[in-house]
Amino acid sequence: MKDDFTLGSLADPMHFQEPLSLLDAAPDDLLRKLECMIRIRKVEVHLAGAKKDKLIGGPVHLGVGQEAVAVGVASVLRSSDRAFGAHRSHSHVLAMGGSVYRLFAEVLGKDSGLSRGMGGSMHLWDQPSGFYGSVPIVSGTVPLAVGAALAAKLQKVDDVGIAFLGDGAVEEGVVHESLNLARVTMAPVVFVVENNLFASHMHISLRQPKDVTARFAAANDIPYAVVDGNDVEAVSKAAQHLIGQARSGGGPGYIEAITYRWYGHVDWREDIDVGVNRSAEEVMLWRKRDPIARLVQGMRLAGMLNDELLGEIERKVDEEILSSWQQALSDPYPHHSALIERVYRRNDEA
Amino acid sequence: MSEQNRYNYGSAMLSAFEYLLERYPEVFVIGQGLWSPWYVGNSMTDLDKKFGVERIIDTPVSESACTGAAVGAALAGMKPIVVHPRMDFMLYAMDAIVNQAAKWCHMTGGQASPGLTIRGIINRGGEQGAQHSQALHAWFAHVPGIRVAMPATVADARDLLVASVLSPDPVLFIDDRWLYELEDDLDSVIERDLALEGPRCLLGGSDLTLVGAGYSTQLALKAAAELATRGISAEVIDLRILNPIDAVPIVSSVTKTGRLLVVDGGWGPCGLAAEIIASVSEVVSPDVILAPPARITLPHAPAPTSRSLEAEYYPTVDSVVKRALGLLKTCKTASDKFKVGS
Repeated sequence: MKDDFTLGSLADPMHFQEPLSLLDAAPDDLLRKLECMIRIRKVEVHLAGAKKDKLIGGPVHLGVGQEAVAVGVASVLRSSDRAFGAHRSHSHVLAMGGSVYRLFAEVLGKDSGLSRGMGGSMHLWDQPSGFYGSVPIVSGTVPLAVGAALAAKLQKVDDVGIAFLGDGAVEEGVVHESLNLARVTMAPVVFVVENNLFASHMHISLRQPKDVTARFAAANDIPYAVVDGNDVEAVSKAAQHLIGQARSGGGPGYIEAITYRWYGHVDWREDIDVGVNRSAEEVMLWRKRDPIARLVQGMRLAGMLNDELLGEIERKVDEEILSSWQQALSDPYPHHSALIERVYRRNDEA
Repeated sequence: MSEQNRYNYGSAMLSAFEYLLERYPEVFVIGQGLWSPWYVGNSMTDLDKKFGVERIIDTPVSESACTGAAVGAALAGMKPIVVHPRMDFMLYAMDAIVNQAAKWCHMTGGQASPGLTIRGIINRGGEQGAQHSQALHAWFAHVPGIRVAMPATVADARDLLVASVLSPDPVLFIDDRWLYELEDDLDSVIERDLALEGPRCLLGGSDLTLVGAGYSTQLALKAAAELATRGISAEVIDLRILNPIDAVPIVSSVTKTGRLLVVDGGWGPCGLAAEIIASVSEVVSPDVILAPPARITLPHAPAPTSRSLEAEYYPTVDSVVKRALGLLKTCKTASDKFKVGS
């Protein structure tokens, strides 16, 4: 943790490229995490291709390169927890256990989708897995996560609320209200900021005087951790500590995970043409801080992974993606009556 | 009726809060001023003492986060009531109301529904001016996905609040400080399905249809009494539910009376009165219309502070009566077709 709230080497892609050090980790747990990260990566790369090929209509915000954040946090969550996301939330719903097939169906606007074809990529819902929903209004779900956490407190259960947000969202006023409200009510909520240094095209240095957003946690007397967001174990450890604390009545926490998205703000392009402070060279450098490659290398060094096992995982995920996509493509769209019938839960005809 | 059945509009709401908090553990209340509820008349007195500060949550000055938190709590199975002692301040919570509460059911394919109740109070007059006086109900009647209830009577102050909180849909419940002293006798609470509630005819009549919502319904009732002394029979319809609007009872009434005057405490352009007139005009045969439909609304200006301007600003019983008399003078002839009284 840095008192001056500057990222330093965490914001420099020349650092943190080495294999993860995994001496005290359990192999089974790491294999699960690896498979999940590979699944998220391959799903999003598939979506990028499908979007480029015009098979998907609406915008898709891809988080390739950020997989470790969702997987690290989700590794300490359970299905009765209440996690909320934003516009870039494929990773969150998949890390919580959401189905690839239903995600694909949703992105294609099919009735079998996570949101029954009414949400698309930007409005995902899978409450049975603990993913309460995502919306593209920046910071829109942050107070909702606080409220879902408050509800857990009133319901006298030890479930937690999770707000996944980005470094851009902390520029919205409601985030500051939410931090204060969470702290003053001791709501069991953990704010997970994926600081990928960019809000759309704007680098954080052009938007904020300091590049560590955790200074707002400090200002609200909320315990925080700033971690390498491309190290799934670093994220998991911070999550274990802060989510554990929230679960046991210790109030809110704040995790800031430093990461980088390989694609641009939306769809498959890299946005090196529209990005301010975003160059092809920089994207290449950040790809060397690949959270999956670093985990794979670390597991190999620790003797937990070999070519055969890795190949097996990749084949399994490839098959899952292929069959899920084919199924989703052939599924029907929502019935036209859905347009009006789904406006209210309680219909007059009901 | 015994004395304990006597309520005013404020104590009727208090009894609804008590009814809900006693019977439904998932109900809680959140908003500013709840531990010292002097902004809300007698409508929330001692709730914190009776039900505890865990369920009656007084908050930081954060309308947006508190309303958003209520949306999230509702998604997690609670039935929150958010209190905004003045609608003007509620505007800080527009994202939570319009983008979140109103949209979640639709955009999750009907799988999630934040059934919270947002209580927005119209609190005007008293030289409070532009930012303490607004009646913005029409804005929310425009948005699909949020129900809007606006009680005009003591019974509705209680029963529509109960129905709002029990509705699985998000509801904006709008009460009016100018109605708090209104008295009536009430029987015990009957839980109603808000989706089945709609406009109600409070007074039968044959010459003219007056439509109001909230305080303007009471203006219409008083105007109708005044008109009756002049031998004019006015029918008064209380809209009650502004979203979704059911215009059918108004259409039937106008088909009978041939004349429509809508009284609204909001502004005219793109407002509630405009919507009512449009809904009726679209379906009522021109053959039965005896005078062009008319509306009484606020002048298209912010609320003033100076008492002389304030006296001109709000509709009164007299202004309703005068306008109604004008409508009755209008004859149904081709040459008089567009002549509107006063």
